[in-house]
Amino acid sequence: MIEALTPPNVTNALLYLDAVSVSFDGFKALRELSLYLEHGEMRAIIGPNGAGKTTMMDVITGKTRPDTGTVFFDGLVDLTKQDEASIAELGIGRKFQKPTVFEMHSVADNILLALKAPRDPFSSLFGARNRIARERIDAVLETVRLQDLAGRQSGSLSHGQKQWLEIGMLLAQDPKLLLVDEPVAGMTDAETEATADLLRDISRSHSVIVVEHDMHFVRALGVKVTCLHEGSVLAEGTIDEVSANERVVEVYLGR
Amino acid sequence: MITKLLIESLDRRSGWFLGIVAVAMVLIPILNLAVPEGSFLHVPTYLVSLLGKYVCFAILALALDLVWGYCGILSLGHGAFFALGGYAMGMYLMRQIGNRGVYANPDLPDFMVFLNWKELPIFWYGFGWFPYAFFMILFVPGILAFLFGWLAFRSRVTGVYLSIITQALTYALMLAFFRNDMGIGGNNGLTDFKDILGFPVQAQTTRIALLVLSLALLALAFALARVLVTSTFGKVLVAIRDAESRTRFLGYRVEHYKLVVFTLSACIAGLAGALYVPQVGIINPSEFAPANSIEAVIWVAVGGRGTLVGAVVGAFVVNFLKSFFTTGALAAYWLFVLGGLFVFVTLVLPKGIVGAVEEFLAKRREARQAAAPAPKPEPAE
Amino acid sequence: MSKHANRSALASLALALLLVMGIAASPVRLAAQTLDAAFDRLAADSFSDTARAIDDLAASGAPQAESLIEALGARRLLADKATGTIAIQTPAGALLDARTGKPLASPPPGLAVVRINNRLRSAIDAALGTLAMVSPDRSKRLVAAEALFKSRKASDLAPLDKAIAAEKDDAVRSAFGKARSAIVLADDKQPLADRVAAVQSLAEWPDSDTLGFLRQVQASTQEPALKQSIETAAVAIEHRRQLLSGLQNVIYGLSLGSVLLLAAIGLAITFGVMGVINMAHGEMVMLGAYTTFVVQEGFRAFAPGAFDLSLPVAIPLAFIVAGTVGIAIERGIIRFLYGRPLETLLATWGVSLILQQVVRTAFGPTNREVGNPSYMSGAFDLYGISITWSRLWIIVFTLTVFFSLLFVLKRTRLGLEMRAVTQNRRMAASMGIRSARVDALTFGLGSGIAGIAGVALSQIDNVSPNLGQSYIVDSFMVVVFGGVGNLWGTLVSAFFLGIANKMLEPVAGAVLGKILILVLLILFIQKRPRGLFALKGRAVEA
Repeated sequence: MIEALTPPNVTNALLYLDAVSVSFDGFKALRELSLYLEHGEMRAIIGPNGAGKTTMMDVITGKTRPDTGTVFFDGLVDLTKQDEASIAELGIGRKFQKPTVFEMHSVADNILLALKAPRDPFSSLFGARNRIARERIDAVLETVRLQDLAGRQSGSLSHGQKQWLEIGMLLAQDPKLLLVDEPVAGMTDAETEATADLLRDISRSHSVIVVEHDMHFVRALGVKVTCLHEGSVLAEGTIDEVSANERVVEVYLGR
Repeated sequence: MITKLLIESLDRRSGWFLGIVAVAMVLIPILNLAVPEGSFLHVPTYLVSLLGKYVCFAILALALDLVWGYCGILSLGHGAFFALGGYAMGMYLMRQIGNRGVYANPDLPDFMVFLNWKELPIFWYGFGWFPYAFFMILFVPGILAFLFGWLAFRSRVTGVYLSIITQALTYALMLAFFRNDMGIGGNNGLTDFKDILGFPVQAQTTRIALLVLSLALLALAFALARVLVTSTFGKVLVAIRDAESRTRFLGYRVEHYKLVVFTLSACIAGLAGALYVPQVGIINPSEFAPANSIEAVIWVAVGGRGTLVGAVVGAFVVNFLKSFFTTGALAAYWLFVLGGLFVFVTLVLPKGIVGAVEEFLAKRREARQAAAPAPKPEPAE
Repeated sequence: MSKHANRSALASLALALLLVMGIAASPVRLAAQTLDAAFDRLAADSFSDTARAIDDLAASGAPQAESLIEALGARRLLADKATGTIAIQTPAGALLDARTGKPLASPPPGLAVVRINNRLRSAIDAALGTLAMVSPDRSKRLVAAEALFKSRKASDLAPLDKAIAAEKDDAVRSAFGKARSAIVLADDKQPLADRVAAVQSLAEWPDSDTLGFLRQVQASTQEPALKQSIETAAVAIEHRRQLLSGLQNVIYGLSLGSVLLLAAIGLAITFGVMGVINMAHGEMVMLGAYTTFVVQEGFRAFAPGAFDLSLPVAIPLAFIVAGTVGIAIERGIIRFLYGRPLETLLATWGVSLILQQVVRTAFGPTNREVGNPSYMSGAFDLYGISITWSRLWIIVFTLTVFFSLLFVLKRTRLGLEMRAVTQNRRMAASMGIRSARVDALTFGLGSGIAGIAGVALSQIDNVSPNLGQSYIVDSFMVVVFGGVGNLWGTLVSAFFLGIANKMLEPVAGAVLGKILILVLLILFIQKRPRGLFALKGRAVEA
């Protein structure tokens, strides 16, 4: 197993998944999935329902432990040995499929909680985060265009605003890698376009994995696309290459 | 810095609350001791003890609200921490009896003489010395909560599962404390106390002093809780309550936060129990009964969980109701009322009294603003 | 005239009760002459005649012989030399003519107690023993066999052999055989081979008396061969005893497990399948138990003869009562709280308080008497393990309920709809399943089964308003331990917990054992928060 732990190309990849398998009660959610992400790269993941997109996110963020396979982050950190909190501290942020913000907190407080800062109870109790954080919160809110709503309770935001707030929280975390699950679900066309702009902006300084159904949106991103099917990679390449791939067409059209 | 934190965290409602507590601390002793008995304003001593009891319950409710209202941990075993604190105090009070017990044994409490024990069990050592007993009042509930929480939170036992095992915890403790060979009084518990810190427990002035102490502890616990919930720490707690796994993906170690607040809450509950015991004069294993713990939950629910004032209000309202119903001809109906309260509060008043009042005020404010468009309101900060 | 007839009927009734076999019952004609002779000898009241009379009576096999000899031993047999009258004095003091069994109208003045001495006393005991061996009452013969085993007198051997030859009942014959082996082994005049054979046959009896007796003979005998064979037998018995006590604990455990399962099955539906935390579940059990009480009161009042039918009648009624209350709770409260488990927990706790108080108001706070029908009382012996019928029936009943439920869930339309609704409410609704109705029915089913559990529990537990409370924590533990949503898991977990509890009890004591189990469970839940047979995957998060 030594060679599996230190393959030659692990060190220069940001994220390295090799032969990852996960099964739930006999159902194989991921089979021998391998994926490789460069520093600073943005990648779009597509695939029909049940292709294993969300399970892959779960494996990367430590929510699900793979049955077999290796997951390395930023060199030699074995993600399968870490829990969610330490993976987040390593610099992986995640936006969920269903927007989950802290509904009872104000928009500003949501960002405050996400800001990069010591996460232990002691420093959250006695740390002076409240005072120094104001400017950074404002900066993030401006990026996601929510600065006018800073004092609003986030539960009262619209669906799209919640999606943006969640992206804002990701930015506040300032992670090395952002995992973004269906960011434009339920958005208007205008909002979708704005979101694509925003993600492109973000990808200049961060690595990003975007999972999305919306082909227009993926096309608008203009990045390398990986198509998953039944838990493994079906095709990889530009959006045009992938959508021209016969097997992809077959899977999507069910021929 | 602490004072600064405190001042920052107190809003107007908290100010009012602490003000009322302070007034009670001054006024009740005067009305009891200085106002003649026949007077309309006189507060009889039995009422002082009753109030003292309620204040202890209010502190317990506050402790429970911290974990349930703010962190979403519905503990059905908080009565256990309360009772453990009470037992620690009871053990101190037992040692103060000295040779004034029925068997006049200077070394052993009566029940041990009765059971034919020859020497004091080791875990009773030191309880005659108040500082040690005080330490144990905080330590025993704290360490139990810490160990229990460490196990439970680390393995992510949440929701009703956690509720049910906290209930099993207090149930197991009740069974254990009923046993005579535990050496803590068995069935009958600890009672017949004489002195506390050299003052006779039954004396009127002692009772007043205990009430004032309880009120002081209530104020202190309230202020502490207030600082806690307004800090980032408190915001993380609420985040955990509303979206636990989201909080985890932000990098917070949810189990550490839960552990801190659970242990702290257990210590506060222990203190409340310790003040409760000298005021009622007895502690026995029935304090561990699961029904007691769940009753404490209903205080918080009635008052309004997630609002500190609500927990206190709920404890007072429900216990006044209970005293009203259980003394006299209405006794048979008390369980109907209590049961009905559970159903009513969850169905009709999910935010409790304080929550409902807040909502009402907010609506009225909105209506007024809509009626007369005032100049653009200043930002809330 | 009718008055007179009445009186004599009463008298003979009393007699029949008094003299266990009843003198009035038709006497064996052949024995009549021996009997008369024995009566004459008793009337003579001399020690030697009395001794003969005892022997004759014992040999006669007459049904009244036993009561006569008993009366003699108890100095309640009176005789009058002059008239030859023999009378039995009842414990109440009335006099009965021993020859006819009728009350003695005019007791002769010379009536005096027939005297006995120590020699006669042992003759009486021996005669009673012999008589008991051939008594028509099976239980008396069993008692006699046990007495013979304990006394181990060589003189009993001959009558015992006769009794064995005449015995038709297998259990009694083997008990006699045990006594015979003991007598042979205890008698050092018997041939060695016979005694060794006796040891071997005694080795079949794993009770402590046999073991003690064997060890005793082993210590006293000089025969090395006998010592050796006893050693082998004793070791075998000890092993068997260990095995048996283990088995006995397993059976106690199965019995406790079936009670736990019965209490938990309903919860496995409401909590396990629907995900509703019903803290009033225990009160559904209690309602079932009180339904049984009410049904039995009805039977006592209107049809005491058919009392055995009370349970079969109570079972469907308890299902209906508890099921209806369950549906009312679901429609009135729980349906507003779906998806809010903690609130459901609190509201149903409130319901449980109210139900308890309702029952307390209606039936009083104390235990109510619920009777056991004939088939539920008593016990039987299985290879040295005693099992009460009620426990056995409850195990059978529990398994029946369990498998019926499994059938309902897996094979009926309602079961299919239930599973559909609990797995995907919106999808089920869009397929035309009326989910609200299914919710109510599912909850009613779970509650109804709790009510049935109450019928069974009323047979072995106190029926009081607090009945339900004592089961609620245990029931939740069973369901959680087994894995929520998994009926088989509930089954395994109930029996596992029952057996573990009973295995711990002898070691740790009842209370400490229970605490230990609770602590172990708490630790277990930490380790596997989703139970023994947990579902995995994304469905769990829903």
